Amino acid sequence: MDVLELEERKRFEECVLPHIDAAFNLARWLLRSREDAEDVAQEAMLRAYRFFGGYRAGDARAWLLQIVRNCCYSWLQKNRTGEELTDTMEETIPDEGDSPETLAIASFDRGRLASALESLPAHFREILVLRELEGCSYKEIASITSRPIGTIMSSLARGRQQLKKALTQPKESEARRAV
Amino acid sequence: MRCELSKLHVHAYIDGELDAAGTANFEQHLKACVDCSSTVASADLLRSSLQQAGLYARAPLGLRSKILSTLPSPAPPAKREPSAIRWLALAAGLLLATLLGRQIFVTTARVAQKPLAVAAVDAHLRSLQPGHLTDVESSDQHTVKPWFDGRVDFAPPVRDFAAAGFPLLGGRLDVLDGRTVAALVYGRRKHIVSVFVSKLQDTGTLSGDGEVQGYHWLAWQQNGFLYCAVSDVSSADLQQLQQLLSKE
Repeated sequence: MDVLELEERKRFEECVLPHIDAAFNLARWLLRSREDAEDVAQEAMLRAYRFFGGYRAGDARAWLLQIVRNCCYSWLQKNRTGEELTDTMEETIPDEGDSPETLAIASFDRGRLASALESLPAHFREILVLRELEGCSYKEIASITSRPIGTIMSSLARGRQQLKKALTQPKESEARRAV
Repeated sequence: MRCELSKLHVHAYIDGELDAAGTANFEQHLKACVDCSSTVASADLLRSSLQQAGLYARAPLGLRSKILSTLPSPAPPAKREPSAIRWLALAAGLLLATLLGRQIFVTTARVAQKPLAVAAVDAHLRSLQPGHLTDVESSDQHTVKPWFDGRVDFAPPVRDFAAAGFPLLGGRLDVLDGRTVAALVYGRRKHIVSVFVSKLQDTGTLSGDGEVQGYHWLAWQQNGFLYCAVSDVSSADLQQLQQLLSKE
């Protein structure tokens, strides 16, 4: 292995590999399975290593997550054709009166939170995971998902609304999951 | 009628995406607007619930090494020397490079320990991501110490040094060099210090200090344990913690 390759590998291990948890977390929520996430995160890391020559500087986490996301969607298309990948509902979500108590009770329940999050379309799920769990900025989410910042904001607004709905109306969310 | 701002604009505020002036303006609006206040309250609740429920899925322990082993050209990366002998090694390296042409073989014993320091810094960095800092969160050494029972095959010395400015924040499990180690988490002013403790074995030992990616590490051996402290605090702070931990 020559010195240049060694340098490159060292740089990869220092810049990209530390984001392995971010990669796994995004894959786990996009694929809704830890096992599949492990395979896909590994595949994404290998792909990132192969493309590493094209990465020069900047946000390594966002760069890696972009690859992870692409790998997840390819995997879903290949393995789960029935998956609801994009937000097909065009109608705006009706403004319902908030029910703070119901929401507060439901969100204390880890299982309910997890299944409510899983019941959302992938598009909302990924944006909530990136924002609320990964702590990404709009700009980072925009670069990871290749969407304009304005869209990120409106998707977050609707994603939060849907998550709240799924939490406070568990029956409907279960029905959606079964589809 | 719902406030127009509560549909979209409020989310930029919730996510800290407004500039200072925008934030101030919006906070003024919030005082008077029930719709926006309620949207902010429920978004805050959702966020803290999502984070506190531990929904963040950390990569399984073996995944990192699995990936490392499948990367092309699996030779271990050459790491920079600790500062003390860096110049000597550099000179030796240059000499060797001149003598051998392309290949550089570094055979000093200290080279092998550096990846461990890098791994410790990596593990520390990973722990700083949301939800990763501690597996057991407590300033009570009598809570943290028993937590390690059955999780590691040794009893790491756990003590709180709040009085000396290093409050115990908790503990977690980590993996260094393929071995499960105990990580003690201390606070130092607003900074976090990870102290990795493992059983001393003849392989993978480490001692000395250094800096990786702006983080200091300090490693020493005592009573059959290998300690490695990592933090962005000064190396003097790390030495102070070392002295506290070394006291019987």
